Amino acid sequence: MKSAAEALKGFKKFSPKKLPVEEPLSPGHRACQGCGEVLALRQVMKALGHDTIVASATGCMEIITSSFPQSAWRVPWLHVAFENAAAVVSGIEAGYKALMRKGKIPEKKVTFVGMGGDGATADIGMQALSGALERGHNFIYLCFDNEAYMNTGIQRSSSTPYGASTTTSPAGKKSIGQSTWKKNMAAIAVAHGTPYVATCNPYYYLDLMNKAKKASLVEGPAYLHIYSPCPTGWRCNPEEALTTARLAVQTKVFPLYEVIDGKYVISRKITKPKPVSEYFAIQRRFRHLTEKDIAYIQQRIDEEYDKLLALAGETPGAEGEREET
Amino acid sequence: MAKETGMISWKELALGCAVTRPGSAADLKTGDWRSQRAVTDYEKCTKCGMCYMFCPDMVYSPKPDGFYEANMYYCKGCGICAKECPADAITMVEESV
Amino acid sequence: MGKRIGIEVSLAVSEAAKLANVDVISAYPITPQTHIVEHLSELVADGHLDAEFIPVESEHTAMSACIGAAATGARTFTSTCAQGLALMLEICYIGAALRLPIVMAMANRSLSGPISIWNDHGDLMMARDSGWVQIVAENGQEAFDLTIQAFRIAEDHRVLLPVIVNLDGFTLSHVIEPIEILSQEEVNKYLPPYKPKMWLDLKNPITMGPVGIPDVYTEAKKAQDEAMKNTKPVVIEAWNEFAKLFGRKYQPVESYKTEGADTLLVTMGSTSETAMTAIDQMRAAGRKVGLVRIRLYRPFPAEEFVTAIKGAKQIAVMDRALAFSGMETGPLATEIKAILYDQREKPYVWNFIAGLAGRDITVENFTEMADGVEAAAADKLPQGATWTNVRE
Repeated sequence: MKSAAEALKGFKKFSPKKLPVEEPLSPGHRACQGCGEVLALRQVMKALGHDTIVASATGCMEIITSSFPQSAWRVPWLHVAFENAAAVVSGIEAGYKALMRKGKIPEKKVTFVGMGGDGATADIGMQALSGALERGHNFIYLCFDNEAYMNTGIQRSSSTPYGASTTTSPAGKKSIGQSTWKKNMAAIAVAHGTPYVATCNPYYYLDLMNKAKKASLVEGPAYLHIYSPCPTGWRCNPEEALTTARLAVQTKVFPLYEVIDGKYVISRKITKPKPVSEYFAIQRRFRHLTEKDIAYIQQRIDEEYDKLLALAGETPGAEGEREET
Repeated sequence: MAKETGMISWKELALGCAVTRPGSAADLKTGDWRSQRAVTDYEKCTKCGMCYMFCPDMVYSPKPDGFYEANMYYCKGCGICAKECPADAITMVEESV
Repeated sequence: MGKRIGIEVSLAVSEAAKLANVDVISAYPITPQTHIVEHLSELVADGHLDAEFIPVESEHTAMSACIGAAATGARTFTSTCAQGLALMLEICYIGAALRLPIVMAMANRSLSGPISIWNDHGDLMMARDSGWVQIVAENGQEAFDLTIQAFRIAEDHRVLLPVIVNLDGFTLSHVIEPIEILSQEEVNKYLPPYKPKMWLDLKNPITMGPVGIPDVYTEAKKAQDEAMKNTKPVVIEAWNEFAKLFGRKYQPVESYKTEGADTLLVTMGSTSETAMTAIDQMRAAGRKVGLVRIRLYRPFPAEEFVTAIKGAKQIAVMDRALAFSGMETGPLATEIKAILYDQREKPYVWNFIAGLAGRDITVENFTEMADGVEAAAADKLPQGATWTNVRE
């Protein structure tokens, strides 16, 4: 099996002037106004195109796109349950593989996608994801991270950031909100030896689309962790969905990088970061944080970012925001 | 009418209650949800395409002349395009009753 | 021509799946099913069977992957029992609702707790309401035959429901029996290739598993229920065709020496053969007793059952599982009594809870059941249940 690096040799990036016009996801879906998650999904699907089969976990994206009798899906799509998107796509991939090898259907390049939210991926779906990654199925796993169980009403997940207020980790007299640091799903995917792992953000859509395309070219599993702004759950204005996305990267809260055959590559090195307080200021889920809380979080963010740079063999402190991909 | 709302006889349902018409959601007029609508001043527009790529509801689509046409059938009035337009060419206007 | 060989029943089940040319096997090991999946794994590894064997990390994933595979139009097989079934049950219901013809061999084992690897029908009963078709084998040949037939039944467009082939764990799965393994040509004559009615096709992109809003859920379930209702004639047709080709006849309800019987025993699964020995002995002693065995459990063959027990004054129904209804009766007896309620002539029914978690059911036990039901009927006791072989 080719390494990811080999599969990606000569990769042609999307040109901003010639983006794919296809919309494998149709309008008329029932997402909230300003939903950053469905936007990210739309962008990924444009990058992947119509020769894609999607297995979706229960969650926002499943509910808003498949309320009978309507479907926003223009590609074959299967929803089974909440915790098993990775397991279902394993079966789809194996089915196609067997049928093609046995000559029952013509050979064709098909992209197999398993997708779920942070709940379906990092919590209830961890086992299925781990199994699918370990078995090395040829598929892309998309984690749309809106940082809580949004579809059921904003309950915390292991992906909820420290200090965020959710309904099951509410800020209160005796609580700072979420009391644990966000689980690093990308690192878990890397630990499985996943050939291609990347973090994505819908504000940086060219970067996102290039990464989605790369994921489809790599043989074996690929894992994309996609920052998905949720104005409803984060309690920001709908029009600021992409502002949060941009600030998340500029404050180093959500760094953009790839891990190709285990090698870390920073997509966008932030050398003049904005303070995390600016990111928090427009989201009411953080409004209870004190200056002391924010200072602690800032310190942690800085440390985590430096750790990431070290993994990529980069030193902090070169000038300017440089685009890597 | 019945087919649009899904209120059909059990005999007419597809196997396993599948939806067999791809993209049938495109029938739903999500534009009815909005209280404000996006209005583009094409004089200011620089054809950057950010409104097109940032709309969660696929309101904009590229035209041959390079501008992006807005289909108000779907616009939910979220305001992302107005906020992100680098040329300030888009304004959110109160939807008339 | 098929050849009759001594083979472990589990392996015969794997051979059946191989002869059916399954495309995807997605299974997780659990005692006493392990030999079924191990042998299939070997067959794939040595190139005897061209299939994708997915060594999943749990039964929940096993069934999820089966659904994914079956949804592509691949012929899909799995196997489990007891706790494995319990873990995958959430997904089993969905597989039936999606109308996917997955075939599962269940090496019947008791449900925890306490944890037990030994044989009873706890798992068979657990799957009762899941929407899966269930057929029950009594010996190794049947385990093999029923597995081949299961694909044909499941994939019939009048059915398109997943099927469980039940075979008693250890008692059947781990014994070596003389079994005629059909040849590939013979199986090909009986079992056509799977032609899905609906699948994940790039040329025809459908959405499977949408949200069942209140306006559609009832209709979706009605459609599924109708499919289950329409399954029995397809099963009978499949069994008649099998008999024509291979000489072995299967029926939804099997009768043994029931002619003129006043007392009937009702069993399901491998203990039926022990019961037959008891019937032989009692008949030799002049007693008018007979045996009725359930072979098709879901859909339940009510008409055939009523015909089979016609004329009997009392029946002893053996349950190898519990329902905790608070009335002591097990699930099989409860269902049978419900069927009999409508009949003008109903026999007296006594329920025997026996053979839980591998506890032996002997020939003597069956004689005791016949004695017991006759005595209870004579004394006109309110119909109830007895736990056979429990240490009070």
